[in-house]
Amino acid sequence: MRTLRAYLRSPAAMIGSAILLAVVFMALTAGWFFPADPLGLAGRPLQWPGANPRFPLGTDPSGRDIAAQIFHGARISLLIGFVATSIAVLIGIAMGAVAGFYGGFVDTALMRVTEAFQTLPNFLLLLVLVAVFGSTIETVTIAIGLVSWPPVARLTRAEFLTLRTREFVQACRVQGLGDMHLILREVLPNALPPVIVYASVVMAVSILLESALAFLQLSDPNVPSWGNLIGLGRNVLRAEWYVSAIPGVAILLTILGVSLVGQGLNDALNPRLASGR
Amino acid sequence: MRVLRLALWRLAASLPTLVLILVGMFLLLQLAPGDTVDALMAQMGGGDAAIAEELRRFYGLDLGIAARLGQYLLRLVTLDLGFSAIYGKPVATVILERLPATILLMVSALSFAFSFGMVLGVLAARRVNRWPDTLISTLGLIFYATPSFWFGLMAIVLFSVHLQWLPAGGFSDITRDLTGIAAMLDIARHLVLPTLTLGLIFLAIYLRIMRASMLEVLSLDFVRTARAKGLTETRVVARHVLRNAMLPMITLIGLQAGTMLGGSVVVESVFALPGLGRLAYESVVQRDLNTLLGIVFVSALLVIAINFLVDILYARLDPRISAEN
Repeated sequence: MRTLRAYLRSPAAMIGSAILLAVVFMALTAGWFFPADPLGLAGRPLQWPGANPRFPLGTDPSGRDIAAQIFHGARISLLIGFVATSIAVLIGIAMGAVAGFYGGFVDTALMRVTEAFQTLPNFLLLLVLVAVFGSTIETVTIAIGLVSWPPVARLTRAEFLTLRTREFVQACRVQGLGDMHLILREVLPNALPPVIVYASVVMAVSILLESALAFLQLSDPNVPSWGNLIGLGRNVLRAEWYVSAIPGVAILLTILGVSLVGQGLNDALNPRLASGR
Repeated sequence: MRVLRLALWRLAASLPTLVLILVGMFLLLQLAPGDTVDALMAQMGGGDAAIAEELRRFYGLDLGIAARLGQYLLRLVTLDLGFSAIYGKPVATVILERLPATILLMVSALSFAFSFGMVLGVLAARRVNRWPDTLISTLGLIFYATPSFWFGLMAIVLFSVHLQWLPAGGFSDITRDLTGIAAMLDIARHLVLPTLTLGLIFLAIYLRIMRASMLEVLSLDFVRTARAKGLTETRVVARHVLRNAMLPMITLIGLQAGTMLGGSVVVESVFALPGLGRLAYESVVQRDLNTLLGIVFVSALLVIAINFLVDILYARLDPRISAEN
């Protein structure tokens, strides 16, 4: 309750939640406002925003409705954000929890793997994964999750390292509770708050990674992704720059919303470390 | 000397990581549909199976996976990265041609992000919770949320198309034959927009960390002592706080070296820069797996080298680190 109240008091959290709710609203109502296929031909290509009342945000070089692509694109961005973040957080927590709880050889081995992933530029690894496994929306989402977990693992490990020696854990150990119980029921709940806050960063990065991949035309061409549209607009950038500009604003606002919510969560969950001291 | 020994120890510790990356990548690329020969045959417009077989033997692709992995690692020791069938040159040559542009871009983007991030972070921390702080922190949030490639495109529209101040892409003006200072200035002009584009998100991160770190250090006892001695606020910040507040920033450079290299893939393709990042993109599109593997190797080396430098710098700034050993 106290956490919720602290969250509601933070202006950053309020603005962020409002932006995110707007994006969620767009994703939910996309099928209702724009029932037609957003990637289908809608009208004459390259009409400026406002030039034709049927297309408030104009049309792209292939004559597709930009507003429809923005609304349907919200679904894709949110979906990729949520799924990729869940994958990254699950892998990160599993690696970090095992490494931090057991220590010793297991810790060294798992941290070497984490280090390997961190030494490799994550976008480069993403390119390789897409080159190998193809670029459908599913593989792209999984690939983004696979390259984003190392910081989560490090964070979880650090929390586990400090928590595992605390009295309440030792008390449970003396009671003869198993390792799985100790990890999942005793240590993990206490280690979660910073990980939850960090998940907002992972989500922002996931959305940015997908849009960058789509911009390079290496993501799924059959879904209305904002990055795809920016990539298409690049060919007509000199005169019809709005084709690239509009989806970029959508990405910017979504990332801003996610970061602000993360900051609000951080202030609410770790009051001592509140950002606006 | 102690500093160097410590850094060298860390460097040696990263060797197993490097081997792990190479083996993992090599095995991963075995799963890729189609090999270099397939791509080559497609480029030639097709050909019969006998030629493909011969080409595979020529490039050593007819051996087992374990044998080829062993061969590859052995050749790497002599810095032989194999042969790029697409470019018709050794991979090492192709990469070396592209490396300078990327390193130049990274160094300039890092300098831009670090210096401006530090200055803005200090300004925000000294006016904490007043309007300069609010303005700088808001700007930081917006910069952080801006997709780099989109910022690059918009910068091209504004500065190259409308204002015509700066070139829209490329590394140098090939229509003019420049030498000496003029050529350097020309390259610098071409690098302004890519530097801003790549550096923007790091600027946002650095200014946030610098602000938090300044606030942290400003509340410590030794700062109160310095103030009590009667030093001016500027001198307290410049001589006492800055050096300590910079430590997290230095750590961040090492942590983000990989992210920055990844970011250069996108930025280089926006601005058509002949760098390593664009080579990575091209080799993905052209299925030039030998080159891709070479780029992964060189990128990992670059990240390790940057971390080595960061370790030395860190120990220089914080004498406690080398003393502890």
